[in-house]
Amino acid sequence: MIRRGAAGWMLLVALMPALAGCAGTPSFLLPAGPIASDQRHLFFVVIALMMIVVLPVFLGLPWVLWRYRQGNDKSDYQPKWSFSKPLEFAIWGVPVLVVVALAWQVWTQTHKLDPYKRLEGRGDPIEVQAVGLDWKWLFIYPRQGIATVNRLVVPAGRPVHISLTSDTVMQSLMIPRLGGQIYAMAGMRTQLNLIADRPGRYLGENTQYNGKGFHLQKFDADAVTPAQFDRWIAQARAGRPALDAERYAQLAKQSVPDEPMVFGSVPPDLFAGIIDKYDEAAPKKAQFQEASSK
Amino acid sequence: MTSVHAWSYWLIGRIDWHSFAFVRAWRDPSLSEIIAAGAAALVVIGALAVIGGVTWLGKWRYLWKEWLTSVDHKKIGIMYVVIALVMLTRALIEAVLMRTQQAIAVNHSGILSPEHFGQLFSTHGSIMIFFMAMPFLTGLINYVMPLQIGARDVAFPVMNSISLGLTAAGAAIMMVSLVIGKFSTGGWSGYPPYTEMAFNSGVGPDYWIWAVTLSSIGTTMTGINFAVTIYKLRTAGMHLFRMPLFCWTSLCTSILMIFAMPPLTLATLMLALDRYLDFHFFTNDLGGNMMNYANLFWLFGHPEVYILILPAFGVYSEVISTFATKQLYGYKSLVYATMAIAVLSFTVWLHHFFTMGQNANINAFFGIATMTIGIPTGVKVYDWILTMYRGRVRFTVPMLYAIAFIVTFVIGGMSGIILAIPPLDYVVHNTLFLVAHFHNMLIPGLLYGMIAGYQFWFPKAFGFRLDERWGRISFACWVTGFYLAFMPLYVLGAMGMPRRMAAVFQPEYRPWLLIAGLGGFVLLAALASLFVQLWVSVRKREENRVFVGDPWDSRALEWSVSAPPPEFNFATLPEVRGPDAFGGVKERKQAYLPPPRYGDIEMPANSTLGPVLGIAGGAVAFGLVWYIWWLAIVGMLICIGAVIAGSFRRDTHRTIPADEVAETIGHWLSRAAEARAIPRPLETTSANQGLAESAT
Repeated sequence: MIRRGAAGWMLLVALMPALAGCAGTPSFLLPAGPIASDQRHLFFVVIALMMIVVLPVFLGLPWVLWRYRQGNDKSDYQPKWSFSKPLEFAIWGVPVLVVVALAWQVWTQTHKLDPYKRLEGRGDPIEVQAVGLDWKWLFIYPRQGIATVNRLVVPAGRPVHISLTSDTVMQSLMIPRLGGQIYAMAGMRTQLNLIADRPGRYLGENTQYNGKGFHLQKFDADAVTPAQFDRWIAQARAGRPALDAERYAQLAKQSVPDEPMVFGSVPPDLFAGIIDKYDEAAPKKAQFQEASSK
Repeated sequence: MTSVHAWSYWLIGRIDWHSFAFVRAWRDPSLSEIIAAGAAALVVIGALAVIGGVTWLGKWRYLWKEWLTSVDHKKIGIMYVVIALVMLTRALIEAVLMRTQQAIAVNHSGILSPEHFGQLFSTHGSIMIFFMAMPFLTGLINYVMPLQIGARDVAFPVMNSISLGLTAAGAAIMMVSLVIGKFSTGGWSGYPPYTEMAFNSGVGPDYWIWAVTLSSIGTTMTGINFAVTIYKLRTAGMHLFRMPLFCWTSLCTSILMIFAMPPLTLATLMLALDRYLDFHFFTNDLGGNMMNYANLFWLFGHPEVYILILPAFGVYSEVISTFATKQLYGYKSLVYATMAIAVLSFTVWLHHFFTMGQNANINAFFGIATMTIGIPTGVKVYDWILTMYRGRVRFTVPMLYAIAFIVTFVIGGMSGIILAIPPLDYVVHNTLFLVAHFHNMLIPGLLYGMIAGYQFWFPKAFGFRLDERWGRISFACWVTGFYLAFMPLYVLGAMGMPRRMAAVFQPEYRPWLLIAGLGGFVLLAALASLFVQLWVSVRKREENRVFVGDPWDSRALEWSVSAPPPEFNFATLPEVRGPDAFGGVKERKQAYLPPPRYGDIEMPANSTLGPVLGIAGGAVAFGLVWYIWWLAIVGMLICIGAVIAGSFRRDTHRTIPADEVAETIGHWLSRAAEARAIPRPLETTSANQGLAESAT
């Protein structure tokens, strides 16, 4: 449910042309999931709150300029007037109150819309591991044992939990109509939780510049029905090549794939291995565990 | 490696034929390379034209003695502004190229290769921040602040000249990168690991590192210089709370420079250690972590925003009070607001990377901290409007900029609050919404302020007013151009278009990109008309002279001396009795009185240290970029040697005899006595000789 104040509605009407312009674009103003939908709501609430301090400027400034212009001898002229206690209280007080109201929004909404927070939806979360490569995204479905490149397929209504890392420079994954954005960094794991409300195809992108193929690093996030999802998994497992070390090495090189790829199987520790690759202590840890288990 | 190759490497490092833009264009005559070669040709022709022109006029000696080695704060200020205008021209042309590229490259490759596009947004940002904005504000403060506090020069005049030398060297390195080699594609923030050897082993990131390092060292010294000047060199009676607001904002900016520039110098030097000596501060592997860079960089980067904006706030305070013909409303309120902004600016850096995966508590904390800066900023806006309230507003060119600033800046503030809210930042970060926001802050909040200051103080510096008509044309273009170029970017960002895209594939973006592209050309016209204004004004200078020195009936001390001011600024240091120092003098009808007696004046003598360190520092940078080690070592030795040699110098002052002072001041006072005092409606006519009615 989206609650929206009167001011929010008025703004929505005022911004109709802009919203109409958004049609067909990957805009969070056309939300296709609860996160983006809440973000849009917050966007309008914030603009409405801001109007309290902004409108006096937009209305007051032209009036002052007109009334006190040189040549208008009807207005009073007091060159020494330079302080007023009530006005001083107003100009400090009102912005303080607006910021307090905004701060409340920030605190609650930042926790509510924390990209790391697990979401409730229909069924268990789908686990996806995303690896940023130059200039493509690799998506691993660890539970299903398959992987894709530049294509994220999720069942509509079910929460999606994405773990991210990079096997190159920093990147940032965003699917604007579903919400969120989080950096992917080598040697580290970040997280993003999303849900698609309804079936559809939503554009996903890398927003962090990473070289000459940056502008081509786009992918489709397809939300499908649960039945379609199961069918898609089964097809992938049956008829697609495995993502072995050799294929991964090829994939990790700089390139822009012509079309999305699907792999029927992946090594179970691929994602962890990509992260550990940058951690000097990791092999030692592994050796230590091996030794200690003997 | 053959011995010939080894020798050439020893001599010229990694320069080869392919390093030259002209050679690359010859071998691969694509439009993108031809544009690059054209830019390189402009640099070469420009440099040759300057060298040829100075030789033709036989002015080398004059240039060296009167300008390059001068330590006069006024001349150094003017040279800073010249650098800023040259660099503004280049970076604005680059902006127009990028706007053109994006307008064309909808499902099309456009006119620029993706790599060239990457270089353009990197140079555009780096130049606009480090070599346009910083020199411009440093130049204005240099010129105006010592006059406003009643000083003869800054506290460390030679260091001032060294700062200028280093900034000029950095700017020169940026220009050289157009001709030899390729600039970084890592943006103005140079984020590793992208800028590490593993991903970009070329000279680009090295050019960026050394240009920025030179500028950051120069700026740290500038900050120290200005702060000490304000603390120690105020004239008798000029208490801190009697200083004009421009001095307050200069002080806050200087303090920010002192604390915020070292993290940048450190970050670029650590990145250099990674690149040159195989350290691993910010690499992906061996314990490096780029998050440390992000923190260091924005520990500089956020206060930097206020380093840029505060001086403009100061300009607006002076301009609005002057042209509203009224005292500033809420002087103390404005001072406290300025200081609050300066302090808070150190507490918000994390909002530049809400999307790096911190937990919600941390993000919320920094989001709220960011919004609190909105309070003092809002107060300032209201204070300015209340200054106009009950005034007599004159719509001169600087005032027009101040008005456009208020309206535009408030819109930018609104989008800033949106970005300060982490859940909203997640959907607009790294999109054109962000690009629109910071241009929306920096164009009115910095550029308009600097241009307003330039229009306001130009008559003081050169003795004649700038042309009003061309000033208005230029203003109209800056404002329309801004709205056309950047409002569409808000829409595009909200539509999910990331920044730094060499081409786009959403046809829905096209109309907005076309409008933004048009806006780019209008902004170019604005800059062109600014230069036309200068040209026209120089030609008409005789009829627009304001030698008496107070063309705008203003209140601070800089207006109490002739225009241009004498080298020693004040015959005797003025004694201040209240705020609005010169306003009070005029009110008491004590302006333009001869001093009780004339004495000898000691002024700092010229020094070659500034240009020598600038040239040698530039050589070090160039040597390091290209691995020409001998050049870097020789340059470094010259730097160290010059500083040591300079410290043994004893004749650091020269005396201006009392007779000469008396003659200069006497000439000015006699002209003031003859001049006609004019009422305000005549201030933009040639009747204005710089004597205001309020003084008589």
